[in-house]
Amino acid sequence: MSGITRDQVAHLAHLARIELTEDELDRFAGQLDAVVDAVAAVAEVAADDVPATSHPVPLTNVTRPDVVVPPLGAQAVLAGAPAAEEQRFRVPRILGEEA
Amino acid sequence: MSGAAVSAPVASAVRPPAREGDGELLRSDATGLAARLAAGEVSAVEVTRAHLDRIEAVDGDVAAFLHVAADQALAAAADIDARRAAGEDVGRLAGVPVAVKDVLTTIGMPTTCGSRILDGWVPPYDATVVTRLRDAGAVLLGKTNMDEFAMGSSTEHSAYGPTRNPWATDRVPGGSGGGSAAALAAFEAPLGVGTDTGGSIRQPAAVTGTVGVKPTYGGVSRYGLVALASSLDQAGPVTRTVADAALLHEVVGGHDPRDSTSLTDPVGELVGAARRGAAGEGLAGMRVGVVRQLDGEGYAPGVRARFAEAVELLAAQGAEVVDVSCPHFASALAAYYLILPSEASSNLARFDAMRYGLRVGDDDPLATAEQVMTATREAGFGDEVKRRIILGTYALSAGYYDAYYGSAQKVRTLVQRDFAAAFTRADVLLSPTAPTVAFRIGEKLDDPLAMYAGDVATIPANLAGVPGMSLPSGLAEDDLPAGVQLLAPAREDARLYHVGAALEALLLARWGAPLLDRCGQEDSA
Repeated sequence: MSGITRDQVAHLAHLARIELTEDELDRFAGQLDAVVDAVAAVAEVAADDVPATSHPVPLTNVTRPDVVVPPLGAQAVLAGAPAAEEQRFRVPRILGEEA
Repeated sequence: MSGAAVSAPVASAVRPPAREGDGELLRSDATGLAARLAAGEVSAVEVTRAHLDRIEAVDGDVAAFLHVAADQALAAAADIDARRAAGEDVGRLAGVPVAVKDVLTTIGMPTTCGSRILDGWVPPYDATVVTRLRDAGAVLLGKTNMDEFAMGSSTEHSAYGPTRNPWATDRVPGGSGGGSAAALAAFEAPLGVGTDTGGSIRQPAAVTGTVGVKPTYGGVSRYGLVALASSLDQAGPVTRTVADAALLHEVVGGHDPRDSTSLTDPVGELVGAARRGAAGEGLAGMRVGVVRQLDGEGYAPGVRARFAEAVELLAAQGAEVVDVSCPHFASALAAYYLILPSEASSNLARFDAMRYGLRVGDDDPLATAEQVMTATREAGFGDEVKRRIILGTYALSAGYYDAYYGSAQKVRTLVQRDFAAAFTRADVLLSPTAPTVAFRIGEKLDDPLAMYAGDVATIPANLAGVPGMSLPSGLAEDDLPAGVQLLAPAREDARLYHVGAALEALLLARWGAPLLDRCGQEDSA
């Protein structure tokens, strides 16, 4: 079940939107294969009837009073943006991308 | 980075400051400094300037800080002095300097998380922890180095270069919060704040001879803590004494409506618990559990010897030592290295080159958002971050989810059950904090699995959400410090301070002086 190939690493990097170099693919494939091998054992530890835990301290329906508080303001937020225009984030084109 | 290891063949140490002059201020604990500041014996500006001078003198060797906010710190200190002179209530930490891990957002100071992708980013808001520090009058000295996005156990994965261990500058200071721990060990700050996702406060404390506490999950707000793994992350104190940790914990802890996972319980009497412990009260009959799975194979002989001595000291005061077994701790490391990358791969998706941080590849007007994002993440993230994002993407992908992420979550349940059973037999659990003393810079950089193994004793607490503390247990291999870890049930953080302060006092009586006094002493061998 365990094991991760260089092709898989390339595919996963694409899914994660990271443009790995050939050298990185070579290095990471071996390193990640070893890690996956080591962690794969978890599948054999827990029986089917063991419930999953996603959170250490269960809390439900956490709400706060629905009160308007002052926002940070566009100027403060856009001060850290790579590019801004007309009080908005300016981004590269989003249309015409390959699927 | 391997070049750095080669260039320092002879280990040197950053020795504690002299006892006279400013050195005496630098050596003071935070509790004592706060009292002297309140009594008007010393000014906030004097204390702040002494620490800034110390940083200037030694941080070239230690590299604990990524950013030193000298002007802001002196201005804040002058403001405290003026307000105190005017008779205002200036807060419990008024005038006491603090070093903040660079993963907590700060108005007016960069917050990089040790990553190129956030190089130069100045957040528009303060983390709740930072707000509470400022409200209590603490003086922020600057931001401390860390493994990129807190992924690592050595601070070598910082994009801005490694921090060095003050005990031996060719060694790592632990990680991910090696910067804060090293700053405390080098007397550059009397207080520090760290974050602990799998041991990033406790393990650096152990290998630098300092104190670190991971509170109960939800005990300290995560608002403004740049998320690594949201179900594991917890901010907490980095100090030189248990009493200082209790004081800092009381200041930054407690419910925050801005964090939906924040506990609503009051913080509790932590300073009082430490005081009772230091006085030796309540130890008789205290049940101290030694976790069988967190000792023995894989733990260095010197680390084990110091740990055994610590247990004996408590037993000699009437504590009842019980052997406890937590069989699923053996699988905790594997479960953690599936859960953490899974959550991290999702959390770090926000670094998309659109709203903040680095953007590369947009000089071509035809470049698409996806191309820019992909090129930016390649240029902005380091190796370890890329590895973990890919691992997390793998663990969450269709066909693998049940076997990896799903199974890891079940192991998490089993680890919680182990803790629950252990705490029916013991009031606190004890173990070594880390299996070895600090390793050499560069030694484990190309072997992620070997690096991960250093977290074996600290990870179970994060999986279960229980609080943990590390305090110095003595010198082990190569005359370097080792740590002892205390664990308590969720919401029982006060027990850590009670037993921790008791053990600290017993060890201090044995040593005759704080362990850090032996940093750089030739005769310690």
